[in-house]
Amino acid sequence: MSRQSREFMQLLTTAVNDGGIDDINSAAWASTRDFLADFSSSRVRAGYSSSETATFIFSLKHPLFSALRREFEADPQALADTVVSASQLLDKLGLLTTESFQKTREEIISRQQQELLELSTPVVRLWDNILALPLIGTLDSARTQIVMQNLLDAIVQTRSDYAIIDITGVPVVDTLVAQHLLKTVAAARLMGADCLISGIRPQIAQTIIHLGVDLTAVTTKATLADAFAVALRRSGHSLVKDEPRQAGGR
Amino acid sequence: MERIPILKMGRFLLVTIQVDMHDRLALALQDDLTSQIVKWKARGVLIDISALEMVDSFIGRMLGTIASMARLLDSDTVVVGMQPSVAITLVELGLSLKGIRTALDVEKGMAALQDAAAGSDGNLSGADRDENSQF
Repeated sequence: MSRQSREFMQLLTTAVNDGGIDDINSAAWASTRDFLADFSSSRVRAGYSSSETATFIFSLKHPLFSALRREFEADPQALADTVVSASQLLDKLGLLTTESFQKTREEIISRQQQELLELSTPVVRLWDNILALPLIGTLDSARTQIVMQNLLDAIVQTRSDYAIIDITGVPVVDTLVAQHLLKTVAAARLMGADCLISGIRPQIAQTIIHLGVDLTAVTTKATLADAFAVALRRSGHSLVKDEPRQAGGR
Repeated sequence: MERIPILKMGRFLLVTIQVDMHDRLALALQDDLTSQIVKWKARGVLIDISALEMVDSFIGRMLGTIASMARLLDSDTVVVGMQPSVAITLVELGLSLKGIRTALDVEKGMAALQDAAAGSDGNLSGADRDENSQF
């Protein structure tokens, strides 16, 4: 922290000497600007708030103004002018800090969004010709695109006939989400795969009906297990439970 | 004029679209296919669009019309080998080809056609109905 302050004071002095205090976008200020950008992004990662980061600059005001007051004790007019311009300079630097703070934070958010998109749409192969697509989180248009693409690619790759979309992890189903689901089902059907929707919770069943969404064209099941059983049966498999062993067998 | 070949395979017709469909070609295909269905008394039509990289609303609608025409002439239509990107485009265009059967590839499409033909040839598909009632 004190090392950073020293470094900043050094850079600031050089910049003021070389480039003056009017334009902080000039070349003389470049190293100061870079320093502040680095400083802000390291503060973002360390979990500081934006006002805490800007205080790094603004805390300079008090000692600077006291020094100026001592310097210009005889000339109040000059003191006022210098204080105004020094204050303007520090404000600009402070704003720069906040701006880079925000930029770093936005970068982090968008990267996380991307990662979330990639992580949250796995396509699982349950059996020969049967795929499952467990959806977790809200479905927006961007995610639907990725889900659809992943599902269709997986259908081609595994030559599957059945795809089960499990929406247990989808918190809310509104008309838009339902429409996205129907689109995915229609696209899978165009590829020649049959789509089943499973994991419809009681509240969601109520919402869907209240909204007047028509899901009658799609086979829906309450649980993934039920849907899997249907898919197995349709693809000609049968589930047989072993005969219970004779008494004393175990 | 360039035409899309229609191959006869037993009781079924096989149409493989290998070139970029443009509107006149699509209309010619409609003409040819309907006359061939009547000529060979075809029970099913299999349209392979695995080489089709792009579709527009006209081609999408044309696939639908061909299927309805074939249906009118008592033959089933199966569209096979649709590319994922094509499927997404069609859905985004709002064309989900409701009346058409689809399959992943020619092999599965043929099996579907044979199933359908066997079902309608038998005495009102008694076996078929049994199978359905399980679900």
